[in-house]
Amino acid sequence: MKIIATDRRGQIHEIEGREGWSVMEMLRDAGLDIAAECGGACACATCHVYVTDGWFDKLPPRSDAEVDMLDMALAVEPNSRLSCQITCTSELNGIKVTVAPE
Amino acid sequence: MTSPIETDVAIIGAGPIGLFAVFELGLLDLKAHLIDILDRPGGQCTELYPEKPIYDIPGLPVCTGQELTDRLMEQIKPFKPEFHFGEMASALEKLPDGRWKLSTDAGTEIVAPVLVVAAGGGTFVPKRPPIAGIEPYEGKSVFYAVRKMEAFRGKNILIAGGGDSALDWTINLAPVAAKLTLVHHRDGFRAAQHSVNQMRELAAHGKINFEIASVKALHGDNGMLDSVTLSSPDRPEWKHACDTFIPFFGLTIKLGPIANFGLNLTENLIAVDTAKFESTTPGIFAIGDINTYSGKLKLILSGFHEAALMAQAAFHVCRPNEKLRFQYTTSSSSLQKKLGVSG
Repeated sequence: MKIIATDRRGQIHEIEGREGWSVMEMLRDAGLDIAAECGGACACATCHVYVTDGWFDKLPPRSDAEVDMLDMALAVEPNSRLSCQITCTSELNGIKVTVAPE
Repeated sequence: MTSPIETDVAIIGAGPIGLFAVFELGLLDLKAHLIDILDRPGGQCTELYPEKPIYDIPGLPVCTGQELTDRLMEQIKPFKPEFHFGEMASALEKLPDGRWKLSTDAGTEIVAPVLVVAAGGGTFVPKRPPIAGIEPYEGKSVFYAVRKMEAFRGKNILIAGGGDSALDWTINLAPVAAKLTLVHHRDGFRAAQHSVNQMRELAAHGKINFEIASVKALHGDNGMLDSVTLSSPDRPEWKHACDTFIPFFGLTIKLGPIANFGLNLTENLIAVDTAKFESTTPGIFAIGDINTYSGKLKLILSGFHEAALMAQAAFHVCRPNEKLRFQYTTSSSSLQKKLGVSG
C-alpha cells in the first residue's frame, strides 16, 4: 500500500506502507519531520496528522485513548488523527495525510 | 551569590538512566548531583506515560513508568543523591583545574570532574501553539505557565486546552481574573472528572465562559494582546477580547542548551564510544536515549548497561590515583555496607 504524505514544508511524499505497521512508523522511517516522542504508545500527541481527501471516514474510529491524547495536540481539526494509531492495510492504499504543524 | 556545589559527578536528567547512574556511581563511592527541568524524578517515564505498563525490564515482568521510577528512587536512596528539580542545565564551562562547571537557569552551579548527560531527548518545554506571530507576545501577554497567581489579578484571561493544567488553572484563576474564558476544540476533556465538574459548575454560574473553539490569530500591539480570533467548525470565525492568553497543551522535548555545550552532535545525539560511553570531550559522558553509537537501541535496559560502564570510566577521572576494585553486590561486604544491607 502507498501513503501520500505532505510534510510541513508542503512537499508531497509517496511512501511505501508496510501492512500491519503504523503510519507513524512509515512517516518516521521515510525521514519526515515527525517527533513521535513516545514511540507509538499514544502518550505524546507528537505524531499528529490531518487525514484528507475523504480518507478520514474510511478509518476505524478513534479510540478513547486517542481522543484524550488529541487534547494535548496543537491545531486539532475534525480530521485530526495520531498517526501511530493508524495501521497500514491494503484498504488504505493511497491514504492521504498531512503532518500537522509543530 | 552562593558558592558552587563541589561533587564528583553532575548528571543532567533524572530519568530512569540518570537515576540508575547514581547507583552504579555510588557503588564506587562517587557522589552525584542531578538536574532536571521537571519537578519530580522519572523523566519521560513519569511525564509521558506514568500509567503505561513497561514489559521489557529484566526481572520485572511488568511495571508502569511511575513504578519503575519509584523503585529506582528506593534503590539509590543509600547513596543520598541530591536533586535540583525544576531547573534547566543552561551553561557549561571548563575550569582551569580541568573540572566542569555546570550552571542552571536558577543560578545553581555544580563543579565536578565528570559530567554525565542522561537527558533523553533533551529538555521538556511547553508546546507552543502554531499561531503566526505569537513570539512577540510571549512573556508579556502570552504565558505557558502560571508562576504567581497575583500577576493575573484583574486580567481578562483566555485559557486554551483540555488537560489537567488547563482545567486546574481555569478553576484557580477564576476568582482572581476580571473575566476568564476557556476554549477547547471539543466538549470533552482529558482532565480529572472532578475538575471537569468544577469547571462546568463555574460556567453554569457565569463565573467563567467555556467555548468549543480554537485560537487562530492574535491581535494587539507591542506584545500586548487585545483580542484573538476564534474558530469552530460550525460557525464563522469571531473576535474575542482578552488581554492574557495561557495555552496549555502539555510539554514536548527539545534538545535545548545542551546544543551549545560544544559537544560532538549527530542529529541532536551525542556520539560516544561503547567502552566508556564517553563523548569526544574527555570527562563528559552520555548515556540513555541522548547518545548514539553503532547498534544503539533506545531501550531503558541499554541505558542501564551504559550507566554501569560509564561509572567505571568516571571513577578513573574522579580518582586518578586510586585502583578500582571490581566487586559484586552479592558477595562484597563493603558494597553491602554502602547499600545499608550488611548484617
